[in-house]
Amino acid sequence: MDMSWFLVVSALIFCIGAFGVLTRRNPLVVLLCLELMLNAANLALIAFSRMHGNSDGQIFAIIVMVVAACEVTVGLGVIVAMYRRRVPIDVDELRELQG
Amino acid sequence: MAEVLFFITAIGAITGAVGVIAVRNPFYSVLALVCHLISLAMLFLLLRSEFVAAAQVIVYAGAVMVLYVFVVSYVGGSDEPISANTGRGFKLASVAFALALFVELSIAILGTGLQAVSSQGAPYVAGFGSPAEIGKLLLTDYLLPFEVASFLLLIAAVGAVTLARRRGGLETPEELSRLSVLDITRPKITGTMAEGVGGARRLEAPAPEEVV
Repeated sequence: MDMSWFLVVSALIFCIGAFGVLTRRNPLVVLLCLELMLNAANLALIAFSRMHGNSDGQIFAIIVMVVAACEVTVGLGVIVAMYRRRVPIDVDELRELQG
Repeated sequence: MAEVLFFITAIGAITGAVGVIAVRNPFYSVLALVCHLISLAMLFLLLRSEFVAAAQVIVYAGAVMVLYVFVVSYVGGSDEPISANTGRGFKLASVAFALALFVELSIAILGTGLQAVSSQGAPYVAGFGSPAEIGKLLLTDYLLPFEVASFLLLIAAVGAVTLARRRGGLETPEELSRLSVLDITRPKITGTMAEGVGGARRLEAPAPEEVV
C-alpha cells in the first residue's frame, strides 16, 4: 500500500473530528471528537515512521496517547463537577469559567 | 492481501468516526469510538508498529473508554438534538470548514515533493516497532519526554480527583452511622473515604455550612 492512502485516511478522520467539535453541543461528545483528531494525528505519525523506517514517530504517537489520556481524565473530571453543581451540560450554555 | 485488509480497516475506522458524530446518544458515540480505535489499531499493525497497536487496544480501547462509559452512565447521556440551535448558517459554515480542511490536507499530501509518500515505505528491518526497540528508545534517546509524560499523568490524576471529588461530605444519618468490619481493627481518623470528605468530623461537631 502506498503511504499516501494512510495519510488521506488520517486527514479524513481529522476533518470528521473537527466537524464534530464544531457542531456537537454535549461536552462528552466534544471530548470524543478531540480523541478522533488526536488519533488521526497518531495515524499520520506512524505512517511517516513506517515511511522512513525510523521508530521515532512511534515514540511521538505514544506520547500523544499519554497526553490524550491526561486530557480525558481532566475533561471528564470537569464534566462530573459540572453535573454535581447542576450546571447545564451544554457547551453553548457555558460562558464563564468561574464557579 | 494487504490492500484488502487496508480497505476493510480503513472503512471501519471512518465508519466509527462518522458514528461518533452522527449518533444522538453519547453512549453509542463511545461505542462507535471503540470500534474506531480497534480498526485504527489494525491499521497500525499494517504499518508494522506492533507495540503501538497493542497499547492502543489495551490503554485506549480498554482503559480510557471504560472511563468514558462510567462518566456517561453517571451523568446520564440522554438523547439530544444533534445540531446546535445556533441556526443553519453555523452548520453550513462548519460543513464548509471541514470540507475545505480535507481538500487542503489532501492537496498537501498528494502534491507533496516527498518521493517516499507514494512508495511502500522503507524496507522492513526485523524488530522494527517491536516492544524491545520502543523500550530501548524510550529509555535512551527519549528519556526526558518519558519522565515528563509520567509527571503529566500524575498531575492529571491529582487534578481529576480534585475536580470531581465530593465536596459536601456525608449528609444523611445512615451514611454517617454506617459501620464496617474495618472500624474495629483500625483506630479512628485514619483514612477512610468518609473521613476524607469530613464524615468523621461531623459526628463530633457539626461543621459550619460549606460554601457550594
